[in-house]
Amino acid sequence: MEQDFSALDAILAKYRGRKGFLIPLLQEVQNELGYLSQSCMKYLADQVQVPAAEIFGVATFYSMFRLKPQGKHIVRVCKGTACHVSDANGIKAALLEALALPEGENTTSDMQFTLMEVACLGCCSLAPVIMIDDMTYGKLVPEAIPAILDKFRF
Amino acid sequence: MSEVTVKVGLASCGVAAGARDVYRTLEEYLEANPKPVKLLQTACIGMCFEEPIVEFNGSALGQMHVGKADPSNIIKTLEDYIAGIAPTENVILAEKLEGRHNALLHNQKRIVLRNCGVIDPKSLTDYEATGGYQALKKALQMDKNAIIEELKASGLRGRGGAGFSTGLKWSFAAKAVSEKKYVVCNADEGDPGAFMDRSALEGDPHNVIEGMIIGAYAMGADEGYIYCRAEYPMAIEHLKIAIEAAEAKGYLGKNILGTSFNFELHIKEGAGAFVCGEETALMQSIEGKRGMPTIRPPFPAESGLWGKPTNINNVETWANVTWIMINGAKAFRAFGTEKSPGTKVFALAGKIAGSGLIEVPMGIQIKDIIYKVGGGMKTAKPFKAVQMGGPSGGCIPAEKLDTIVDYDSITATGAIMGSGGMVVMDTGTCMVDVARFFLNFTQNESCGKCTFCRIGTKRMLEILTRITEGKGVLKDIEDLEELAENIIKGSLCGLGQTAPNPVLTTLRYFRDEYLAHIVDKRCPAGVCIPLLTYRIIPEKCIGCTACARKCPVHCISGTVKHAHVIDESKCIKCGACQKACKFDAVIKE
Ligand SMILES: Cc1cc2nc3c(=O)[nH]c(=O)nc-3n(C[C@H](O)[C@H](O)[C@H](O)COP(=O)(O)O)c2cc1C
Ligand code: FES
Repeated sequence: MEQDFSALDAILAKYRGRKGFLIPLLQEVQNELGYLSQSCMKYLADQVQVPAAEIFGVATFYSMFRLKPQGKHIVRVCKGTACHVSDANGIKAALLEALALPEGENTTSDMQFTLMEVACLGCCSLAPVIMIDDMTYGKLVPEAIPAILDKFRF
Repeated sequence: MSEVTVKVGLASCGVAAGARDVYRTLEEYLEANPKPVKLLQTACIGMCFEEPIVEFNGSALGQMHVGKADPSNIIKTLEDYIAGIAPTENVILAEKLEGRHNALLHNQKRIVLRNCGVIDPKSLTDYEATGGYQALKKALQMDKNAIIEELKASGLRGRGGAGFSTGLKWSFAAKAVSEKKYVVCNADEGDPGAFMDRSALEGDPHNVIEGMIIGAYAMGADEGYIYCRAEYPMAIEHLKIAIEAAEAKGYLGKNILGTSFNFELHIKEGAGAFVCGEETALMQSIEGKRGMPTIRPPFPAESGLWGKPTNINNVETWANVTWIMINGAKAFRAFGTEKSPGTKVFALAGKIAGSGLIEVPMGIQIKDIIYKVGGGMKTAKPFKAVQMGGPSGGCIPAEKLDTIVDYDSITATGAIMGSGGMVVMDTGTCMVDVARFFLNFTQNESCGKCTFCRIGTKRMLEILTRITEGKGVLKDIEDLEELAENIIKGSLCGLGQTAPNPVLTTLRYFRDEYLAHIVDKRCPAGVCIPLLTYRIIPEKCIGCTACARKCPVHCISGTVKHAHVIDESKCIKCGACQKACKFDAVIKE
């Protein structure tokens, strides 16, 4: 069945014809839908007259674009240099344990959390750092992780 | 009595440490108890390790910064301050009192960061009150060439890493003949462990914007982009507010300040790709394509964005322009060295006591940065190395700490000045693991265009992983060196050309550590898990059984009140026993 993407038309109208529009367009569509599905990218390709392969190429090049449905909360664990030397691995292990992710997946089966690694959140002085949605938590120890996640569980 | 002002630092670092709660507590209190107190906000003054930081002004105590502010004590601190009673602890900087960190400022000079943590970054009025947009007014009355000559004379070099003369670069773009030109601000700040540009944009966005307007005028550009990484939402928000305010005041847009000069400025959010910090890849990305570097020449000054002449500078480079316009090249040259004039902002992180943002005159010894400006090591563990330049840089060991900060001296150590990230490491950091960490990073971020960068880094990573797992052989070191040489030669852009640096510098200064991993199957820093053994010291073990109960693979045996033993053949080295032991009887070696 063809999915209906006409809800994106207002966003499309804003970007169509502007130079260098592709990345901001995809960013806004992803904000709207949570991720970029193949059928969505095909729809956009038709609408803006850009080959679907090019859209797919851009979407896979940048780590920010997500091609699978995401959890309600995005958990970003920093694996930057400052965090790495301050036991970021221990924090990641604590997150993996607390989230009990299915093998090979980064989203919990109840679709509450998606775990991602980032290269630096710019709060290196508070290493190790994680970010949940737009809240940053610093100076962490692995034991603190379950309580922080609980704040986001309802 | 004059009015008391209270200023809360609300930059990303402050907010992460809880500054919003402190601000809200003060706001609610002052609403319920009206007083002649003005509540203000600012960004980061650089002492991130003391966040949340609150500044007080206007009582008999004079100016005073308090660190580690907390909603539970901030009201008492305020009331005491009004009454002239000094807090007993956490005074970090003060005019009349003993500030714990007053000394950390002695070796600093703030040009780029002069307004950060001082003004409200969301207020154009605040910026104007510090002399903001005076540099633009002055520049608009100058001959365009004279602006570029002044910049050349200042000796300012690009702060994005390569250190190319900014004045010279501007002169190339100015000479290019075209009806359309662009200027770009590189705010991609990809080096993990660096946050200078974030702080400068969050704390003083107008200063960067004003620098760009002056540059656009001098080079004849009428459109500009700020390419900012998406992980910096507050920097983007502050830039948006600043651009809107500047447009409303006629500093941006058509007929700027009544002249015939037009300049339109946009923000582009990055989408998560380290290589997009490289200038040609960055321009591809602005055009909406995959961020793959292109061959230079042509240089951006001839053919950049959409084939038009383009000038790209780093955030900190742009942020120096206004100061130079106002104070002149000579004043700028009063700081720093002959070949590297001015100051440099560094982000101190890792095992250093005073992690945060500093700005020091070039020419200072790295030793002084760490021990005088950064307050020394964070714990009792001794200094081992400082990493500069991120994935393109290297580790500088203790015996090279008297190296001075200038482009050429740092390059001579095998590291690079880079954009200003300094991650300090102590003896608990394994240098082979650090090299592996960076190779893993560059290998992930390689765009895949060049074979050596794409596959060579992968081979290097495999070798390093093998060594950290205790499966290394002596020939691995030779192979690493050979691969490094070929990757440097066979890569198109700086990413590949510099990717081997972290391995080469650690091999140069810490070869012993590689050998310990390969020959003795030992990780001297105690980091590489497969090389560790956990052991129970019988004299210390009281036989409480806590470790045995925690062990997930049940490899600890022993009876109550008798020393326990770990069966090494079954141990998975998870460290749970060591955490469980209250008597320090479990050791890791
Ligand atoms: C892989 C790679 C990543 C880079 N990342 C950045 C960056 O994040 N920020 C930056 O200003 N320059 C970065 N650069 C340097 C830019 O290519 C360019 O030299 C710089 O923006 C020029 O500005 P400047 O002359 O003011 O330093 C990077 C270079 C390479 C090769
Ligand atoms: S390295 Fe983790 S925030 Fe920068």
